Amino acid sequence: MPSQFVVATFSDPDRLLAAVRTLRDHSFPIYDVYTPYPVHHLDRAMGLRRTRLPWVTFFAGLLGLTLAFSFLSYTTVLDWPLNVGGKPDNSTLAFIPICFELTVLIGGLSTVAALLFRARLFPGKKVRLPVPSLTDDIFAIVLRRRTEHFDPAMVSRLLRNSGACDVHEIETQL
Amino acid sequence: MSATVAAYAEVGPQLLPPTRWIDEGISLQQITDDISRPMEARPGRGWWICFAFAFAALIEFAAVITYLFAKGVGIWGINNSVGWAFAITNFVFWIGIGHAGTLISAILLLFRQQWRTSINRSAEAMTIMAVMCAGVFPLIHLGRPWDAFFIFPYFPNQRGPLWVNFRSPLVWDVFAVSTYFTISLVFWFLGLVPDLATLRDRATGRVKKQIFGFLSMGWNGSFRTWARYEMVSLILAGLATPLVLSVHSIVSMDFATSLVPGWHTTIFPPYFVAGAVYSGFGMVLTLLIITRHTMHLQRYITMRHLDKMAKVTMLTGMIVSYAYATEFFSAWYGGNIYERYHFINRATGPYAWCFYLMVLCNVITPHFLWFKKARNSVAMLFIVSILVNIGMWFERFVIIVVGLHRAFLPSGWGMFYPTRYDIGILIGSFGLFFTLFLLFIRSLPMIAMWEIKDVTASSAHIAKIIEMTKHDPPQKDSEVAMNA
Repeated sequence: MPSQFVVATFSDPDRLLAAVRTLRDHSFPIYDVYTPYPVHHLDRAMGLRRTRLPWVTFFAGLLGLTLAFSFLSYTTVLDWPLNVGGKPDNSTLAFIPICFELTVLIGGLSTVAALLFRARLFPGKKVRLPVPSLTDDIFAIVLRRRTEHFDPAMVSRLLRNSGACDVHEIETQL
Repeated sequence: MSATVAAYAEVGPQLLPPTRWIDEGISLQQITDDISRPMEARPGRGWWICFAFAFAALIEFAAVITYLFAKGVGIWGINNSVGWAFAITNFVFWIGIGHAGTLISAILLLFRQQWRTSINRSAEAMTIMAVMCAGVFPLIHLGRPWDAFFIFPYFPNQRGPLWVNFRSPLVWDVFAVSTYFTISLVFWFLGLVPDLATLRDRATGRVKKQIFGFLSMGWNGSFRTWARYEMVSLILAGLATPLVLSVHSIVSMDFATSLVPGWHTTIFPPYFVAGAVYSGFGMVLTLLIITRHTMHLQRYITMRHLDKMAKVTMLTGMIVSYAYATEFFSAWYGGNIYERYHFINRATGPYAWCFYLMVLCNVITPHFLWFKKARNSVAMLFIVSILVNIGMWFERFVIIVVGLHRAFLPSGWGMFYPTRYDIGILIGSFGLFFTLFLLFIRSLPMIAMWEIKDVTASSAHIAKIIEMTKHDPPQKDSEVAMNA
């Protein structure tokens, strides 16, 4: 469903930061900010919550560790115990390298998968850009235009005063 | 703004200004244009000459491997005494090369070293290609390479209930190297996504637009995604750091857990890791010196970057030298006659020339880098980097072949002489490596554009702060003390 957005473009990250702070001070909810590189301190200015993705790493890593250790124990202790150099069947120390590798492998891949899932990125996805050349040198703040409690004139004034190069409205799906 | 810049802003002129890695005043658009240029322009003569050599070597590689599969490993110089020679030397050499890439992309990210941004993309690509080259060798070294899948445990287990020996470092290697390859590839590709989006948005051709559009996964620069993306990069760096240490440690255990004199030592894991980083930095220097010249990227890969890399090379070179000395010391002090004989043989036996070549390249060469003049001379750095590569290849050769050719019983002694097929696969693996690398620098951005944009922004910030503090003269020490 396409909706109405107010898009303000900037050429300077410092002005962008200032504009984000101003909008937040005036309690305008920001839909999103688009930048060609991760601008420092923008997360705090936008009031973004810390991502919970590290938890995915933690639990997926734990899963990898458990799977690896169970598999090694199953094969060498239960399924076919084999005397190799007189070592005990359950030679836990010798299992550490493989357990470690699989912890890292499953933890890492799951984290990336979770990122792609959360950010709704997938190969072949059609891109939706509020303004072109966002991935080159333009910064943009996007606000969703709603019917109540939204004064477009005031938003436009605030954005222009903070140094926006251009403020315009679009109807699209982001 | 990095932590150093923040600290400088607070304390001001009492600190030395942080280094500006990229000169400020380059616009963001300029960065995109400069870095995309090698992909959009026709390749120059330098590139074609390099590619012709590399591709010829790659074809030769394919031919030798085909012949090897037809005839068997008997075409190599290996024999009953020396069963591991060039193939395993090349394996360890290439895996080691890869390590510098991960060090630059992961460990330097954790340490917040901004100079990594100009070189991390190509160093990571180098890692992936080096691990690909390395992966070839254990496979072709198997007598029956078509049974290579036996090294993986798989379901349903058609070998009866007998499983691979999970207590063996050779099996650990399979897990370590494949995990390393997978994580490096994912890390590298994830880093590419924002740049692929940039390329998609500036592509003019339909096919290019579609390919980059498909690969960039709908990236639109949303900051909500950036925030998560940065966290995931940090997590992957945190995972890749112990991973890279584990990989060469496990490779070293292939040797250290055996009983062969000269191999059976506990120093191997850290010694191999230091050697890997050393050889990898040698290779990064070689590659970047060539590419910054042929692709005209001196503005982004500056002499300051080369200087930093030279310093890491020197440091790791000295760690490697220290490990050599420790090996000799423990052979003498340990009182094991076989171990002692191995080291006497290493320095005075039939392969002594390899040992002295190794010492010359790995122990003496890095000390040239103490001199600023040497670190500032591209020619000198190039020569040093080539010598480092040669020295590190010979280090593995000395460890493997000298260890095997005179082990315990003199009746089992022998000599290894490489045949033309041994030399052919060594040259061929360089062909594979350089062909892949040359294709990479023509088809993907070899410098991370978005990271460079980030660094220029902070350079501009530093410039602003320095300008501000100039107008605001520093307080005297007594005043600072009073204020405190």
